[in-house]
Amino acid sequence: MQDFGESFRLAFALVLSADGDLIEIIGLSLRVSLSAMLISCAIGLPLGASVAISRFPGRSAVMVLLNALMGLPPVVVGLLVYLMLSNAGPFGWLQILYSPAAMIIAQSILITPIIAALSRQVIEDLHNEYAEQFRSLCVPSHVAIGALLWDARYSLLTVALAGFGRAVAEVGAVIIVGGNINHLTRVMTTAIALETSKGDLALALALGLVLMIIALCVNGAVMTLRSTAVKYAYA
Amino acid sequence: MLEATVNLTGQSVADTGRTADVLPVDISDLVFEAGGKRLIDGLTLQLAAGPRTIIMGPNGAGKSLLLRLLHGMIAPTSGDIRWCGMPLSEDIRKRQAMVFQSPVLLRRSVAANVDFVLKLRGKDSATRRLEILDHVGLSGHADQAARLLSGGEQQRLALARALALDPEVLFLDEPTVSLDPASVQMIEDIIQAAHRRGTKIIFVTHDIGQAKRLADEIVFVHRGRVLEQTPASRFFDAPDSEQARDYLAGRIIL
Ligand SMILES: Nc1ncnc2c1ncn2[C@@H]1O[C@H](COP(=O)(O)OP(=O)(O)OP(=O)(O)O)[C@@H](O)[C@H]1O
Ligand SMILES: [Mg+2]
Repeated sequence: MQDFGESFRLAFALVLSADGDLIEIIGLSLRVSLSAMLISCAIGLPLGASVAISRFPGRSAVMVLLNALMGLPPVVVGLLVYLMLSNAGPFGWLQILYSPAAMIIAQSILITPIIAALSRQVIEDLHNEYAEQFRSLCVPSHVAIGALLWDARYSLLTVALAGFGRAVAEVGAVIIVGGNINHLTRVMTTAIALETSKGDLALALALGLVLMIIALCVNGAVMTLRSTAVKYAYA
Repeated sequence: MLEATVNLTGQSVADTGRTADVLPVDISDLVFEAGGKRLIDGLTLQLAAGPRTIIMGPNGAGKSLLLRLLHGMIAPTSGDIRWCGMPLSEDIRKRQAMVFQSPVLLRRSVAANVDFVLKLRGKDSATRRLEILDHVGLSGHADQAARLLSGGEQQRLALARALALDPEVLFLDEPTVSLDPASVQMIEDIIQAAHRRGTKIIFVTHDIGQAKRLADEIVFVHRGRVLEQTPASRFFDAPDSEQARDYLAGRIIL
């Protein structure tokens, strides 16, 4: 067990020297979680938008389901994806278990409900505001959806960032389907878990530091977006 | 004056190459019920092309509901609305425009709000947008966020957006409430110009001065029915109904 002060000193040194291993781990983390965010937006935004503006039987059940799925425990998602992708599973032939692709899939499943549920709320609020005017103007529904997505873009970006924040910080799903393999599937959270258990606190602390900085940046970006939107009265 | 109007209507129809007229509109036995109440109660009315129609009546009389029924925002419980003999269709709705009491503007710039409507009707052009903004005195605000405009400016933009549709029928539901006299004047001027171009004006207001300035005829609504349809020249001095007399005198109407 290293001395705490020493660990902190080493951690800062690692971050400042842009240590190769460190950069690799951070790079993979960002690549996996940003990909998951993009995939989730591609599925979640249209899903959220269509639930927001359509009325169909069972709509409130869909909304309850989406809200419930927002709280999916990452380890459960990891386990389910593992079962699907393992050799015995239906998608075993893809041979992607323990690869970044599997991690992207797991994180996408984790945050798609978040993006769908939050964007549903955002778009429904705007739709309530615009609906009567759009009806008066005879706006066709595909134009209406486009206009709603565009006019809600600042709020939707914050939704995407919330999804990214959740993905980059989770450990349970990626450790199960990625396996925390050095130079292949090791991301920040899994590395922190491993190094801490090994007692190598310097690397764990360095990664923790970077993770916190990323979280702060995401929050900062969200707040900047909000205030820009408010300033220009787009929100 | 009335002759000129009719003439201009004829011209505008010819200019735009429209196939059939939408006016007159015939409303017969119109009923609208909601929440177990009969809010429009067998309303019958005919409105012709040309004269500016001002709808008046006490709060809760059903004026806004009548406009919304005419514009197809809500469906009647029973009864009939015929536009030149035809039931309301998407095509006819596209030839109408409505300005609401509190305008809902897109969360975009002033110019983008006009562009949205022009594009919707396939008439997207920068010159047309400039023309329209100029017409309502907003060309200096083109790049400003629409929702940062003052109340009067927002209402003018809503009017600009409605006029960008080049409507044959323009519904206005108390568009000048809580505006200052100069803004009211501007909006009335814009409406008068639209009237001269041949647009049918159907305008709801409680402002008697405004009604006197704008009206060719007054439709007085009370409890979901039309109590009278009277030329403006007569209505303000000698309305037919007791209720209209009380309304004009500021008395409570029974
Ligand atoms: N969807 C609805 N459900 C139930 N009642 C309604 C509905 N819409 C309107 N009403 C009622 O119908 C009546 C007429 O409403 P409307 O808005 O047409 O009045 P108005 O003549 O425009 O009054 P004002 O001068 O105050 O604008 C009111 O009593 C209102 O409460
Ligand atoms: Mg009203």
